[in-house]
Amino acid sequence: METLAELKIGQKALIIDLNSDSIPLKLLEMGCLPGNTIEILQVAPLGDPIYINVNDSFVAIRKETAQEISVEILNS
Amino acid sequence: MSHKNLKVALIGNPNTGKTSVFNQLTGLKQQVGNYPGITVEKKIGYCKLNENTKATILDLPGTYSLNASSIDENVVIELLLNRNDPNFPEVAVVVTEVENLKRNLLLFTQIKDLEIPTILAINMSDRMDFKGISLDIPHLEKELNTKIALISSRKNIGLDNLKELIANSQELSTKPCLNASSIDPAYFDGLRNAFPKELLYKLWLVITQDVNFGNLQRNEIEEKSFAKPASELKKMQQKETIKRYQFINDVLKVGYIVDSSKAKGIRAVLDKILMHKVFGYFIFFGILMLIFQSVFSWSGIPMDFIDESFAKLSSWTKTAMPPGLLTELISEGIIPGIGGVVIFIPQIAFLFLFISILEESGYMSRVVFLMDKIMRRFGLSGKSVVPLISGTACAIPAIMAARNIENWKERLITILVTPFTTCSARLPVFAILISLVIPDEKVLGFINLQGLTLMILYLLGFGMAIFSAYLLNKILKFKSKSYFVVEMPNYRMPLFKNVAINVIEKTKAFVFGAGKIILALSIILWFLGSHGPGANFENAEQIVTEMPQNKEIHDEVLQDEIASFQLENSYIGIIGKGIEPVIRPLGYDWKIGIAVVTSFAAREVFVGTLATIYNVGSHSEEELTIKNRMEAEVNPVTGEKVFNFATGISLLLFYSFAMQCISTLAITKKETNSWKWPMIQLGFMTVFAYVTSLIAYQLLK
Repeated sequence: METLAELKIGQKALIIDLNSDSIPLKLLEMGCLPGNTIEILQVAPLGDPIYINVNDSFVAIRKETAQEISVEILNS
Repeated sequence: MSHKNLKVALIGNPNTGKTSVFNQLTGLKQQVGNYPGITVEKKIGYCKLNENTKATILDLPGTYSLNASSIDENVVIELLLNRNDPNFPEVAVVVTEVENLKRNLLLFTQIKDLEIPTILAINMSDRMDFKGISLDIPHLEKELNTKIALISSRKNIGLDNLKELIANSQELSTKPCLNASSIDPAYFDGLRNAFPKELLYKLWLVITQDVNFGNLQRNEIEEKSFAKPASELKKMQQKETIKRYQFINDVLKVGYIVDSSKAKGIRAVLDKILMHKVFGYFIFFGILMLIFQSVFSWSGIPMDFIDESFAKLSSWTKTAMPPGLLTELISEGIIPGIGGVVIFIPQIAFLFLFISILEESGYMSRVVFLMDKIMRRFGLSGKSVVPLISGTACAIPAIMAARNIENWKERLITILVTPFTTCSARLPVFAILISLVIPDEKVLGFINLQGLTLMILYLLGFGMAIFSAYLLNKILKFKSKSYFVVEMPNYRMPLFKNVAINVIEKTKAFVFGAGKIILALSIILWFLGSHGPGANFENAEQIVTEMPQNKEIHDEVLQDEIASFQLENSYIGIIGKGIEPVIRPLGYDWKIGIAVVTSFAAREVFVGTLATIYNVGSHSEEELTIKNRMEAEVNPVTGEKVFNFATGISLLLFYSFAMQCISTLAITKKETNSWKWPMIQLGFMTVFAYVTSLIAYQLLK
């Protein structure tokens, strides 16, 4: 299974599971929860952070957080 | 009918236009203060709802949920959990944004579960057509058990309806939206049996949050063994969040339809440009250049005007009022003192104007995204950009802005290095020194040399901030987890009313805060400068007149000689002479020394101090501005100008780096909860400033 950190720009994925200990609650509250779809919109110039759309929330998170989110790629 | 006054609280996620709603409802009838003991801004406003009802409206800090992760968010929870709090709302208005309704409703369902009468205000309704959104209001009202006001605070639509709903709040249902206890029935049943009188959801919040409320204390709950390990609590909170989203999704399936074929947006296009790997940085630095250039050139005109007006006023009072101690106090102490405060207003207002436009438009979050990786190399976070930029206005709100940084180490480093950025209090000092020692010439035909010098000083400040962050990152050895989450709000045209209110409030707070210190110090200085111990001060006239070299000189010159002899023997002269050996190697005489000493409380006092000292020390009746007087100062021994190039540069460097602001030290103490960090700040910055100024003067003299 992939983690969110491995996705490329424009790819969409379904959130399968996440490590709730190392993910900020705020991100969960924005709708980053198992079952929701997530899309990578942009990656910052030096490869980190990444800019995502999850549950219609537009947020930027760091790669180290993205690595804690397991996803299933929807399109490729 | 008797008049009613309802207590209303505005609650909402950040970026929902909550403050616009507050401004629309209350206009300028606002009071901005602080919550007791903490530096979270507390905004209260007043509003007439109808003939018989008024409302006191509290604008609470923006929060994503009732699970607090910062001091600002704690304020919201502590208030909503404590029915005995005098500010406890009779009605809660949850402000949401139509495009992010799903996420915004999470907070709404939590507030409903506290059984507070709640109105749902759906803001930015003017964007619905644009985004292809349609709402089934009756359905939503029924499912969410509330009244809905569809509003647009930007276009002033629907606010009368919202006022009416608030006025009729007694009709609101207080039934909760969902039953959170089903995430762990056994646990919650136990809780219910142990505290039958308390609201179950309230108990749950008390357990999970770090707050106390009313007569029910946390430790009481913990004693009864309802405490759980943090990771288990977090799992339960996650379950609760999922459950709330299930409920919200079900409600919105019918009530909220998006026709995405109609949706248009400039977000994607603007994001591509503003966050581009090359253009993004160009645009960012271009904007910064524009800000600094315009702050310097635009505010120059009103500042000169203020400077001259106060000089005129001072000499006018001297002639118009009967001579005596009171006249001297007013014309030589108080008026120059007030002038030293008022002269700040243009620059501070311009800086706050630009910063609030950057924040309102949504651009600031994009900068955070662009800068995060670079800043992390120096132990900072992308979010440190906001404090570092706001630090150019004032370090105090800037250090407070560092609260958004989730990682403690990154936050601490940001707090420690922010005072290096060139704040507006340094500007008057820089402005006057630059105009004295840097020629007003153009290089390459269009770059003003004085403007360029100022720009270099700003870069030097930023450079020092980054460099010391790098050092601190190497020295500080503690690990803390990064919880970096930045919302990218929609782009918006900044609203004039919001920006204006923000600029006025911030400028007012700054001027009155700093003003008190400056005014008090000016009066003390005047006193110390016009009084002295011993016979030398008392008999100055006789001593100077009898000096052999003064036998033949003109009367006016003699008067000046007497005045400066008096100053030298006044209390302040004695203090200044006392520290002269320490500051001599930096190129400062004892008069500058006094200004350096007084500006340890607040650096902006420098100009005012010199104004007071030179005013006391001069006997001429001419109107002279501070700058004229500084230019005219000559060293009595060598006959050279006091403010020459080497001294000027040395002073510029000293004021760039030295920690001269009591308020900043106080805020660092508050935000870090220890005296250790402000003391390190003070020590490091002062020593560094001394050493660089020393090197600069010795090389240039």
